Amino acid sequence: MLQVNNIEVIYMNIIQVLRGVSLEVGDGKIIALLGANGAGKTTTLKAISGLLKTEEGEVTDGSIVFDGKRIDRYGPVEIAATGITQVMEGRRVLGHLSVEENLMVFAHNRKDRKEVKGDIEKVFEYFPKIKTLRRQTSGYLSGGEQQMMVIGRGLMARPKLMLLDEPSLGLAPLLVQEIYEIIRRINAEQKMAILLVEQNARAALGIADYGYVMENGRVVLSGAADMLKGNEDVQEFYMGLSVAGSKKSYREFKHYRRKKKWVT
Amino acid sequence: MTFFLQLMVSGFALGMVYTLIAIGFVIILKCSKAFNIAQGHFVMIGGYLGFTFLVTFHLPVWASLLAAVAVAIIMGLLIERLTLRPMVGQPVLAVIMMTIALSVVLEGLATLVWGGEYKTYHGVLPTITLKVGELSIPPETLIGVIVSIIVVIILMLFFRYTRSGLAMMATAEDEQVVQSAGIKVTTVYALSWVIACIVGVIGGIILGGVSGVMIPLANVGMKAFAVVLLGGVNSIGGAIVAGIMLGVLENVAAGYLDPLLPGGGLANVFPFVVMIIVLIFRPHGLFGLVEIERI
Repeated sequence: MLQVNNIEVIYMNIIQVLRGVSLEVGDGKIIALLGANGAGKTTTLKAISGLLKTEEGEVTDGSIVFDGKRIDRYGPVEIAATGITQVMEGRRVLGHLSVEENLMVFAHNRKDRKEVKGDIEKVFEYFPKIKTLRRQTSGYLSGGEQQMMVIGRGLMARPKLMLLDEPSLGLAPLLVQEIYEIIRRINAEQKMAILLVEQNARAALGIADYGYVMENGRVVLSGAADMLKGNEDVQEFYMGLSVAGSKKSYREFKHYRRKKKWVT
Repeated sequence: MTFFLQLMVSGFALGMVYTLIAIGFVIILKCSKAFNIAQGHFVMIGGYLGFTFLVTFHLPVWASLLAAVAVAIIMGLLIERLTLRPMVGQPVLAVIMMTIALSVVLEGLATLVWGGEYKTYHGVLPTITLKVGELSIPPETLIGVIVSIIVVIILMLFFRYTRSGLAMMATAEDEQVVQSAGIKVTTVYALSWVIACIVGVIGGIILGGVSGVMIPLANVGMKAFAVVLLGGVNSIGGAIVAGIMLGVLENVAAGYLDPLLPGGGLANVFPFVVMIIVLIFRPHGLFGLVEIERI
């Protein structure tokens, strides 16, 4: 469905952020994109959704193909029309609008106005917490409620592929679990492919089919989610577990840091 | 007492026209975050257009209004495409400079086309006389009030209930999010300039009918500017209340204070004094949206 082939991204004609990233998202799959801060995860998403062009970034090499169409030269509006919606990092609510208005903004280009009403109810079915808040000013919702609204907002465009950027950011662990459970449901019921960017590797690999690990603008490791969960390096660096799979002990006087095997 | 009420009523009428023009400001501010210095010049152009269609072409009033609105739409589209589109992504200050340039160009254009002369079409606009007790509402302002109220109501409904209105409000909040929703921000900008031109031109026709048109009519933009600051820079409701307030204050001040002072310029100053006092206590204006901040 989506193929990203060896893309390079340069910001402002000088700062190279991606140095050859390839990944693939199959129909109806959940793909996790993991990595530390500054690895280039968000940039990859923005390259796919075209939002890069609003930030003076540019895909200088490689190609992005969605449903057989090459989209890396398209602007964000055209890409949205092909069926890709990005749920941006940090919630980005339209603060002075109500919850319902936030949802409606993402249904802007839909021709089937009657079904839009039904879709709003469907969003509230997935996120019952925000149903009672539908007429509230969204800027005053709690962080969890805002995150739910923003994911629901993405659903309103009825995308074939949803790009989710750090849905767990700044949320309590219980809430993260809840939101991930709903993401899994959405994926299963709507047959919507999801490309999930996360720092919380444990949560992301819990629902993903396949995962990629990025570092310094490159994909350094990829594999089925179960494989990645068992990988010692992933455990050490993204889940905080030591070799034996047990919690790492910081009590011992000295411990030797594992070296990442993939570092290039 | 009658004198006072009379002043209130004509102040209200004037205030509605201010409101109309101020809404043009608010819309541009919401979308582009820039003050449109040329808003008053749209009004001036509107006055001249009124003269052309009503007097030179002898069109009926409704046709003149429609024709002027049509010109305003074209004007708005041209202005957005030629001067503002290249400025997307540039600092706000650059956009403001561009509107200053625009105001100069419009002034030059008006001089070129209409010779910059004083034109008047007093008595051409339909007059409705209304008398309530001893109060009489000046006929030409009454039609102005009615037109203003209709336009303001249409605009409020537009923002509340239409897709494009919602897209405009959303664009004011976060351009990037709006683009990821598949909304073309350039279309939204074009729409905002078209609306600003339309309300300016309609305001101009009304004011031109009352006091005639010449280049300094553009200064009314500064009054509308005060209305916007007083009401809160991003609130249409605020513009309505503040517009009426300033209109009434100006008239009441003219009625009571001007005879006391030689020269009699106080009416023009008084509303601004009130504005400054209000802004000291409410820096966001009376109804301005406060930035929502939560972490």
